[in-house]
Amino acid sequence: MVNKKPLSDLSEWTFELLTEYQTEIERIAQHYRLDTYPNQIEVITAEQMMDAYAGVGMPIGYNHWTFGKKFIHTEQHYKRGQMGLAYEIVINSNPCIAYLMEENTLTMQALVMAHACYGHNSFFKGNYLFKAWTDASSIIDYLVFAKNYIADCERKYGIDDVETTLDACHALMNHGVDRYKRPQKLSLDEELKRQKSREKYLQSQVNTLWRTLPEQNNQTNSDKCNFPAEPQENLLYFIEKNAPLLKPWQREIVRIVRKISQYFYPQKQTQVMNEGWACFWHYTILNHLYDEHLVSDKFMLEFLHNHTNVVAQPSYNSPYYSGINPYALGFNMFIDIKRICEQPTAEDRQWFPEIAGSNWLDTVHFAMANFKDESFISQYLSPKLIRDFKLFHIHDDEDNSYVDIAAIHNEAGYQKIRSTLSSQYNLSNLEANIQIINADINGDRSLTLRYTPQNNVPLADSMHEVIKHLYYLWQFEVKLVQDTDTEPNVVIARCPKAQSEVKST
Amino acid sequence: MANFIDRRLNGKNKSTVNRQRFIRRYKSQIKKSVSEAISNRSVTDINSGENISIPKRDLNEPTFHQGNGGIKDRIHPGNDQFSTGDQIARPLKNKGQGDGQGDASNSGEGEDEFVFTLSKDEYLNLLFEDLALPNLEKNQLDKLIEFKTVRAGYCAEGVPANIDVVKSLQGSIARRIAMTSSKRKALAEAEQQLQELQQDAHDHIQAEIQLNKTIAQLKQKIANVPFIDTFDLKFRNYAKKPVPTSKAVMFCLMDVSGSMDQATKDIAKRFYILLYLFLTRTYKTIDVVYIRHHTQAKEVDEQEFFYSQETGGTIASSALELMIKIMHERYKTSDWNIYAAQASDGDNWADDSPYCQTLLTEQILPKARYFSYIEITQRSHQTLWQHYQKVAEMNPHFAMRHIQTVEDIYPVFRDLFKKNTSPIEA
Repeated sequence: MVNKKPLSDLSEWTFELLTEYQTEIERIAQHYRLDTYPNQIEVITAEQMMDAYAGVGMPIGYNHWTFGKKFIHTEQHYKRGQMGLAYEIVINSNPCIAYLMEENTLTMQALVMAHACYGHNSFFKGNYLFKAWTDASSIIDYLVFAKNYIADCERKYGIDDVETTLDACHALMNHGVDRYKRPQKLSLDEELKRQKSREKYLQSQVNTLWRTLPEQNNQTNSDKCNFPAEPQENLLYFIEKNAPLLKPWQREIVRIVRKISQYFYPQKQTQVMNEGWACFWHYTILNHLYDEHLVSDKFMLEFLHNHTNVVAQPSYNSPYYSGINPYALGFNMFIDIKRICEQPTAEDRQWFPEIAGSNWLDTVHFAMANFKDESFISQYLSPKLIRDFKLFHIHDDEDNSYVDIAAIHNEAGYQKIRSTLSSQYNLSNLEANIQIINADINGDRSLTLRYTPQNNVPLADSMHEVIKHLYYLWQFEVKLVQDTDTEPNVVIARCPKAQSEVKST
Repeated sequence: MANFIDRRLNGKNKSTVNRQRFIRRYKSQIKKSVSEAISNRSVTDINSGENISIPKRDLNEPTFHQGNGGIKDRIHPGNDQFSTGDQIARPLKNKGQGDGQGDASNSGEGEDEFVFTLSKDEYLNLLFEDLALPNLEKNQLDKLIEFKTVRAGYCAEGVPANIDVVKSLQGSIARRIAMTSSKRKALAEAEQQLQELQQDAHDHIQAEIQLNKTIAQLKQKIANVPFIDTFDLKFRNYAKKPVPTSKAVMFCLMDVSGSMDQATKDIAKRFYILLYLFLTRTYKTIDVVYIRHHTQAKEVDEQEFFYSQETGGTIASSALELMIKIMHERYKTSDWNIYAAQASDGDNWADDSPYCQTLLTEQILPKARYFSYIEITQRSHQTLWQHYQKVAEMNPHFAMRHIQTVEDIYPVFRDLFKKNTSPIEA
């Protein structure tokens, strides 16, 4: 190792230099047992990066106006200098595609490779949520399939209909996942093979469901069975399978949006961990390179300057403050885990008896593989980190004219802060809890959904618009109800506006 | 192992389709913006794109999400002054709960405008989108035809002035080579034989005489081939090709009598801009002549046309007379496509209207490509309208419409041109 020639620290990069760096980084990554998908590193220009932005991280997207809006938005901001572009974008696929910006200096490219190609990449491959919810090897194929299918629909059924269907699906995109069931993996071959037969089969299922046979009516009159038997939280899935009048191609589009939403589901839940893991490894790998004298002081200074900017956490009263920086929290937590393993204090031994003094590499790998943001924080956020971040807890009750400081970074507050921060990353607390409770298959075919508020937080006004989208897919009356203190199932939104409602008001 | 791929040379406009989708989707809002922009533009300024702004809430993609209210527990970093149990007055509404916290900016700036720039082409396309472009194509054929002499290859006959020297000499050389090649071959052979005989040790007097004779004959024959022949002459050929004139003149006629207020003039202005833009799609050079009139007509510049104040009665024929005069003086019908748009609030001196009808049918319409009349008024029609109606019945390229508010302009303009094209096709 020692006799190796130091790597160049020029600011201009070339593909030869990138390859040299990549080889060294990979060697170190293997030394730290980072298991990755093969890397495909693509160098792109700023404009192409804006394209990638517009595609919300999908390398191949179907055409829709919302991506155009995002692109225009990004372009405007970038041109006015209001924002810089990310140094990289990495796609959870096999091979793992990482986009590097042309403008980056050689140091930045090295940082980005360590960060994306080994940090994120190993996270995608190792974390249990990604293992359960996504299939990296088929995502690109599936996106191609989706793009072609939707383009095909546009040709056959007109852009307008496809667009409206997609709008409606996008509005419900956050409700396309079964949280408590494990999904089937995406597989393109299967998709293609099954898609045609599925169209027919699905339609026949729907037809059976909605067939109005007299005897069936009699039967249900005698014992009123509810459909669906259990409340359904996966709205898109329910629509896809049961909407009475959807055309087969629309069902397929619902399915496509649902599958893509599912693909992003783990990313939403592992933001802190994923970025923290990637930052931890670019930091560790590049420092390892420095320890081997492979990179110069100049390289390290530029790297540390950028690294520090990325993991900075502004205070609550800073003008730059916009919530907790996931990079900062994640990075510091992994560093802290390593510290607890290597130099545990008495406090650490009390709080983390299992990991204090253990092998740090085993411990971080275990943490990466088996947690998501919520559980990661509730498991590993240490009192020291709470003190370092000076975290405090604000309790905001609408009924009071003031807000409370419920806990601060002291002995009494550690537990409280840790569990509150953990639940702050719990998707089921963040997203509206809406479930389908009834589809009136024997009556007027109306669909009823229930909103169950968390901590009395009401649903935002946008619900009226979303209900319209839902109505477009269901095509019969859609009601959204909520239980209040006094009576159950109060209708809070409906589409179309009922005549009785018009009369009563 | 890693693969490096240089994508920089790949297309960068992956989002073009999506951008078009976006414009397509928000066409109605964008169009509103476009038509608002029109009033801020000069009639002839069409080379720039346009900044379009759309209220952000119109662009919102709704999802179910939690609103404000209820109980919220949030963790923030950087505690510098708080102790457990402190009670703090709730920060102002637009800052969201707590301090900042992501969604504060979302709700605080929700009413922002989403501003972006349309390119010139996108702008024009939107402006003309409803005008049924296929019809516009047909309309292009309707342009005036003038003939232009163009080179059309070469021919064997023509006047001496058109002789093409180079082509003719090329022909001459070719002919001479063709006519003498066999003789030159024979000559070379004979000379070769002669040389061989002369170098021979023995004498061949007879043979040499014979050969010399042959050589002389051949040389004579070669010399006899003429240097130039009528056959060689090539003449430049010319053909007459019909070209539609790319010149158009647009007459803007407007009543500026006391009864026309600024709002009415603005409506008229938009109409003129539309007509101008429409013409630029078809013609290369466009002159615009502004004629304003009350009891007398006057040719003015754009600024004065739209914005100077006048009062007085109305005699519409004065403007038509001036237009006829200008047409005679400056815009010969053989060179120019003449378009005219007249805007008025319908007021006219009653006795004058029949005269307007005569002027139009006899002097203007035979020469004009298209004459449109818009009446911007909230009241009932008067004599000018009635007489123009008679004109419209007789002439397919005369069109008239009634506009009441700004919103009417688009449909009316679209209407005018749709109506215009079909009779011409027939």
